[in-house]
Amino acid sequence: MSGSDKQPRIERRQFLKGAAAAGPALAAASLVSPQAAQAAQTPAGAAAPATMAVREQHPPGTGQPLAPGYVVGGDHMTDCLRALDIEYVASCPGSTFRGFQESIINYGGNKKPEFLTALHEDSSVHFAMGYAKITGKPMAAMIHGVVGVQHASMAIYNAFGDQVPVYIIAGNLLSEWGRRPGAEAAHSSTDQAQMVRDYIKWDEQPTTLRDFSNAAARCYEAAVSGAPGPVMLTADADMQEEAIHEDHKADLRLPKIGRRIPASADSGTVQELATMLCNAENPVLSLDRYGNNDKSIPLMVELAEALQAPVIDTRGRMNFPNRHPLNVSDIGGPYLRNADVVLAVEPRDLFGMVMALDDEDVRTPRPRIGQNTKVVRLGISHTSQKPNYGGSQRYAPADLDIQADAQGTMPALIEAVKRMAKPNFAARGERIANQTKNLLERAKAEAAYGWDASPISTARLCAEIWDQIKNEEYTVPTETNFLSSWPQRLWVMDKYYNFLGRSGGWGVGYNSAAAIGAALANKPHGRVTVALAGDGDFMMAPGVIWTAAHHQIPILFVIHNNRGYHQETMHLQRMANRRNRAVTTADIGTTIKDPNMDFAMMAKSMGVYSEGPVSNPVDLRPAIQRALAVVKRGEPAVLDIVAQPR
Amino acid sequence: MKFSRLAFAVASVCVLSGGALAAQAQAPAGDAARGKAIFARVGCYTCHGFEGQGGVGPKLAPGPVRAWPVFSTFVRTTSRDMPPFTTRNLTDQELADIYAYLTAVPASPAPASIPLLMQLGGRSGLPCKRALPCPGAPLFYAPTA
Ligand SMILES: Cc1ncc(C[n+]2csc(CCOP(=O)(O)OP(=O)(O)O)c2C)c(N)n1
Ligand SMILES: [Mg+2]
Repeated sequence: MSGSDKQPRIERRQFLKGAAAAGPALAAASLVSPQAAQAAQTPAGAAAPATMAVREQHPPGTGQPLAPGYVVGGDHMTDCLRALDIEYVASCPGSTFRGFQESIINYGGNKKPEFLTALHEDSSVHFAMGYAKITGKPMAAMIHGVVGVQHASMAIYNAFGDQVPVYIIAGNLLSEWGRRPGAEAAHSSTDQAQMVRDYIKWDEQPTTLRDFSNAAARCYEAAVSGAPGPVMLTADADMQEEAIHEDHKADLRLPKIGRRIPASADSGTVQELATMLCNAENPVLSLDRYGNNDKSIPLMVELAEALQAPVIDTRGRMNFPNRHPLNVSDIGGPYLRNADVVLAVEPRDLFGMVMALDDEDVRTPRPRIGQNTKVVRLGISHTSQKPNYGGSQRYAPADLDIQADAQGTMPALIEAVKRMAKPNFAARGERIANQTKNLLERAKAEAAYGWDASPISTARLCAEIWDQIKNEEYTVPTETNFLSSWPQRLWVMDKYYNFLGRSGGWGVGYNSAAAIGAALANKPHGRVTVALAGDGDFMMAPGVIWTAAHHQIPILFVIHNNRGYHQETMHLQRMANRRNRAVTTADIGTTIKDPNMDFAMMAKSMGVYSEGPVSNPVDLRPAIQRALAVVKRGEPAVLDIVAQPR
Repeated sequence: MKFSRLAFAVASVCVLSGGALAAQAQAPAGDAARGKAIFARVGCYTCHGFEGQGGVGPKLAPGPVRAWPVFSTFVRTTSRDMPPFTTRNLTDQELADIYAYLTAVPASPAPASIPLLMQLGGRSGLPCKRALPCPGAPLFYAPTA
């Protein structure tokens, strides 16, 4: 295949083998042009300095043909990543991409992209998720052929469910002819993206180097366009390692990324929506995958205030300031039931927004909205759905489905609403503000229950942390529902990076690893990243803290150690009760004790500052203080906190 | 939600058993220390926390603990998120012990006496203090260069 006349592709393996041994060289030479054979005999080391010099003269991203002087395919691939503005490649190494990796390091100088050593492919992808949620742009996760894809698949699923762009590059040795027996054959396939195709947005396996940049650009575009998501670019090992034929250099181009303008609703639709909202007596704004950047929240505040309407943040992202008087997230039930219009903004799951289905013997849906409530969906977050995995449950229709980017539509919608605002809006806003003004007091009263308890209450833990980070710019990159959402109830959260939503696919192991990616992205901004990870989650990927230590990524990593997979303990308990059988066995297979984990020792073994187990609440404050001092020095610190289950 | 269901359950029991309730109104004597152990052993803690402070399930303690008829009827008859505990798994005496434990949980410190809680406040966020454009990140959806 690679010897075909039509393709400007050189049979790298045969070249190299040919250079080393006369016999195979004869057979190989017959497949390729004389110039190529000559090029292949030039020692790579000798050609490298020229290559570097030429690259400097041709900054990537110009769409210009590449200059002469390149030696191997991996160099071109490296330039493609640079042209795509990819800063990091998170990776657990594998020989199916050794040629690419060597190029990134020695040709590219390990700068933009820079290698980030991961200890599991699942972590590589989760790192990229956390990073993308802060920066809005993809990081690459480079994974080994077949086995790496298999390891990474759950994280890929999380990224797809959470609509986060991740640029996955998988190694492979496409040519069966050239595969060595053993690992090389086992780690190669004809179509490995098939394993994850149900939950990636796009994949490519270019078969010539000329096609590589084409495929790289198309994958990138798919990752960041519309509802973002993971993509997979398979890089053939032969292609990475092959010499680039002098004649073919002019054919190689770098991908060029232009400006992207999201689709916003047309003026007629905006007017129709504004009219519905302004004529409604009880409009409600319900937000899911909306708050992705620094403009999202101010725009939504402006809309909510123009309408004086209540806002429910479902916490798929950080969507609305938690202390805003119109934020009714924790008391949203009655607002939804009485709503005449619900504006569902970027909902991934409309059914879950408008209906509840409790975990009962007979699962009867319970409407959260009234019988006559009109539901308007504004967004594109449902448009990346695919059959088979995730997302599909009972179907919930929208009365009006506006398939436009919500944030892009916001300025026009705000203007239209302001033009039609009615005098009675103010009274509505006042009523809502009256109902929300005591929420903090209520949260404080509830936080006081079990204040001195050991194991430490989750409220106390969160209050103690807040006390020491409240004057910092910060990010909580981890889910908070297993901590009874105390950060949302006690802290001040009003920036999109204060909280990053959930895993997307409910795949455990996300929190600990995504936190490291977020911390890496936060580093240049000087923000404090505070991970609040479950002990079960952490044990799915404990090596992530080594990555943080190795790459000097500052993060306060707090382990919510309830000594178990507590969510599952509750499930087992529920089963036993429902079946009227022994209710004292729910810890079998669900707890992580006997022996207890020593997370502090584990962290120390990876070169990470650590303290714990901390089980007395009075020890919390000094422990957090010491750990934060380490974080401020630019390093990770782990605290093992023995805490209440929820 | 959970409280309205609880009220519903209690109301149903009142309708069904009428005056019989009055006789049950007094909680049987229980042993708080034993109750604490049982509370953990049979898994009440999983949803309500070791101190009954609440978590996935509502707060049960510190007081006022719901009246014994409401409490015991709910535990025996609930069929919702929380499935029931029958006498097979929790004897009447054990339930009374749990009740004694919850009733004995000492009052929490008043929030006003906890400086950490008292200094929480404010409805607005922090101003952005960084020199960098804040937050300076490109957008998922918006134009990028
Ligand atoms: C990959 C994966 N395995 C198993 C589960 C089932 N599961 C859901 S929550 C949970 C417990 C996670 O433990 P931890 O992070 O300690 O949280 P806890 O519930 O103990 O607070 C498990 C095992 C899952 N969601 N994903
Ligand atoms: Mg746990």
